[in-house]
Amino acid sequence: MPLLQTSGLTHFFGGLRAVYDFSLSLEEGELLGLIGPNGAGKTTIFNLICGVYRPMEGQILFNGTNLIGYRPHQVTATGIGRTFQNIRLWNQLTVLDNVKIAHYSKVKYGIVDSVLRSRRCRREEAEIEKRAIELLDIFGVASYAHELARNLPYGEQRRVEIARALAAEPRLLLLDEPAAGMNPGEIDQLLELIQWLRKEFSLTVWIIEHQMQVIMSICERIQVIDFGETIAEGTPAEIQANPRVIEAYLGKEVG
Amino acid sequence: MRRYSLPLIIIALFVLTIGGSWLGILDSYIQLVLLYIGINVILTVSLNLVNGYMGEFSCGHAGFMAVGAYVAGILTVWLFAEDKVFGAPVLPIGWAFPLFPITLVIGSIAAALVGLLVAIPSFRTRGDYLAIITLAVNYMVKSSIENMEVIGGPRGFVGMKRVMNAMGDVLDAPWLLIWTFVGIFATIVIIRNFISSTLGKGVEAIREDEIAAEIMGVNTRRTKVAAFMLSCGLAGLAGGLFAHWPGGYINPLMFTFLRSTEVMVMVYLGGMGSITGSIISAILFTLLLELLRPLGVFKWVVIPLLLIVMMLRRPQGIMGSRELTDVFPRLRAFLQPDKEVEGYAPASD
Amino acid sequence: MTLDIFLQHLLNALQWGSFYALIALGYTMVYGVLLLVNFAHGDIFMVGAYAGFFIATFLLGQYGFQLPFTLPSWLVLVLTIIGSMTLTAGLGVGIERAAYRPLRERGANRLYVVITALMVGVLLENLNLWRLGGADRGFPQLIRKQIYTVGGVSFTNVKIIVIGLSIVVMLALELIVRRTKVGMAMRAISYDKVAVPLMGIPLNRIIVATFALGSSLAALAGVMYGTAYEVISFDMGIFVGWKAFICAVVGGIGEIRGAVAGGFILAFVEIFVVALGQIPGFQWLSSTYRDLVAFSILLVFLTFRPTGIFGAPRRQKV
Repeated sequence: MPLLQTSGLTHFFGGLRAVYDFSLSLEEGELLGLIGPNGAGKTTIFNLICGVYRPMEGQILFNGTNLIGYRPHQVTATGIGRTFQNIRLWNQLTVLDNVKIAHYSKVKYGIVDSVLRSRRCRREEAEIEKRAIELLDIFGVASYAHELARNLPYGEQRRVEIARALAAEPRLLLLDEPAAGMNPGEIDQLLELIQWLRKEFSLTVWIIEHQMQVIMSICERIQVIDFGETIAEGTPAEIQANPRVIEAYLGKEVG
Repeated sequence: MRRYSLPLIIIALFVLTIGGSWLGILDSYIQLVLLYIGINVILTVSLNLVNGYMGEFSCGHAGFMAVGAYVAGILTVWLFAEDKVFGAPVLPIGWAFPLFPITLVIGSIAAALVGLLVAIPSFRTRGDYLAIITLAVNYMVKSSIENMEVIGGPRGFVGMKRVMNAMGDVLDAPWLLIWTFVGIFATIVIIRNFISSTLGKGVEAIREDEIAAEIMGVNTRRTKVAAFMLSCGLAGLAGGLFAHWPGGYINPLMFTFLRSTEVMVMVYLGGMGSITGSIISAILFTLLLELLRPLGVFKWVVIPLLLIVMMLRRPQGIMGSRELTDVFPRLRAFLQPDKEVEGYAPASD
Repeated sequence: MTLDIFLQHLLNALQWGSFYALIALGYTMVYGVLLLVNFAHGDIFMVGAYAGFFIATFLLGQYGFQLPFTLPSWLVLVLTIIGSMTLTAGLGVGIERAAYRPLRERGANRLYVVITALMVGVLLENLNLWRLGGADRGFPQLIRKQIYTVGGVSFTNVKIIVIGLSIVVMLALELIVRRTKVGMAMRAISYDKVAVPLMGIPLNRIIVATFALGSSLAALAGVMYGTAYEVISFDMGIFVGWKAFICAVVGGIGEIRGAVAGGFILAFVEIFVVALGQIPGFQWLSSTYRDLVAFSILLVFLTFRPTGIFGAPRRQKV
């Protein structure tokens, strides 16, 4: 059974059709790429999966569970982590807090426990702190733990965001343009990191990206959308040669 | 010795204020001011949870205070005092002693429940609407009380003094101040414990970026409702304490929007998201109000001007979002010598 | 309830609704342009009433010296309205310049501006209370009251003038907003504040115009209120002004049609709740409950339609 399956996903914004009849079958352990021109609806698809919007039509099955109607925090709890196109860290909070808060769905103690600082609360908090620092360590940003998130350089902020996405121990990781704003050297590091994460955490990864370098080098399979619709699917080589894809990005040849 | 420095400071404060009052060193006027300060501290710290840490705009805090005041006041009078409406006391007056804090807790719970009623519709809507709804609730609570003749309506409710006097007959001590001190301690501990836990930090995540918080797994609806209920419950505690002030009466005019505004001023003066800021500003503001009392109405010209100037010059207030131990790191080392010096987690390479 | 009683209440509601609508328009326009709830606006209404009071009493020669000529009272009324609207617009613009703009230009958190607005309101109320005392003032009678009776319904010429003038003004505002460049700019700003100055539209000037317009409408409401009810007080901004804010919200804050709709709807609800209380069996709905019922209806309404009647949900790009 595929880890994530959608069929016929459709969503409108007012009169504008943002996503149309989007279907996907993502097997566990895969690394799938989602590409398309700007405004094609890629982030909207991520938002539909995460429960930010409720699709007007269509189905979303994650690990057999129907996600339609789930609120975003419930979707996260089923095992989906995510980063954002424009970094959305909690700027006035420390880097450590950013990652700790993302453990919220794993917290078992209640509000009464937290107010009374019960043993259960203290034990879980210690675990969360330990795990959060471990995550920051993996991404090489542990030295920034008590720095405010907004003070970090751009590349480090991106890494913190990915660390944060892993806090809730997801099985599926959605990366929305993780290489944005990076130079080729940084991108290479990022690609290594993603591959390493896949193995280390047994992750399935779904990436939205613009940069061909990223897509072509690590994606095993690519899905191309334009105006909310899937226009091509296949291996990187197949996609590169696909005339519809070329047209979508570069326009039709004149003459 | 250093290990106990924070508890020692608290004990010292207790001895100074309570001891001073007990022994009559501090006269009744100063005791009254201390009471006002204490109640304002509770109000400010509790409102800061919603307006500061969570970044919402609740402007009806006095309404929840009123709920706590009336519930606790009516309860003590009904249980322990002879009253025109409620008749003979239900329990012997000696029981006022241990049961007084219970009535305060019941008052708080009542206020928290009203907060729950308010929170459910408010948080389903956009942020700005909490302002309108809390405004309306403040007015509605006051208006409802005015319409309830059985508890005095606009003329107010009396009888609490008898209960306090009775407690004094058992043991002559400044009981209200003692319980206020306990209340302040409880408030600070509750808020601080909550906000430093991961659950509580969700509140700040909501302020910074609510949608990202929701997507990162924070149950924003539950967190917002919980924080709001906590805030209102503590306002109810302040109300319950206030209901037993030496004046012996409460009336709806004490819980108007102007009172809510006072609390908001203290929150923003102290700094959103800073407990020490709230404490400091509550103390300063209460003293300022007392100092300016001879100016009469003019003080309410001075105060808004002050706050407007502050917004223009230093909008983050006295402490911003920092605590005293952030400003004085050595103070933190002094108060918490067991805690490792923060900020230097081991680097991976 | 018989028809003539119903019509009687209807007229009262129309008058009361006119005040709410005029004030609500100010709230809604400023919110549309700045996303700011100008909490001082209710007190601007109060200032308008008092400005009108002083202008009228001055022109009527009640300050110890007589003008070299006596003015017919209709002229006094016109001058009072114009004078009050001008002065109050000036105050509104002044507040924007002195208090809101510095914060806005510094990119300060919207919350700080809201707090400042709240404080300005409190300041205005207490300046009045401090200098003029807490006693209510009697607004000079500028229109000789005449009572007409049609069918079983009696009404005064004042009521007709208030309602008529308000409708005319609201139509004029509609024209301004839809047909003039300033109006279009106002609407543009409410959709996208960043793009507007890039298009060559002077943002600050439009904002000033918005405040001037909103404040002068509130002033008109203030003078009309004084004329209709003959009493003004320092806290009239709190009672009437805050309710007008709720009208703006119910109608959909930021939408001009919403302010008008909300104003009349709340007025109707209030008047008819009190009217209902006079029917045997509904005695418990006395006028003391009027506000309570009105607020409850508001809250219930907002629960189901949080963006108001005409409001469109502002979508946040995720």
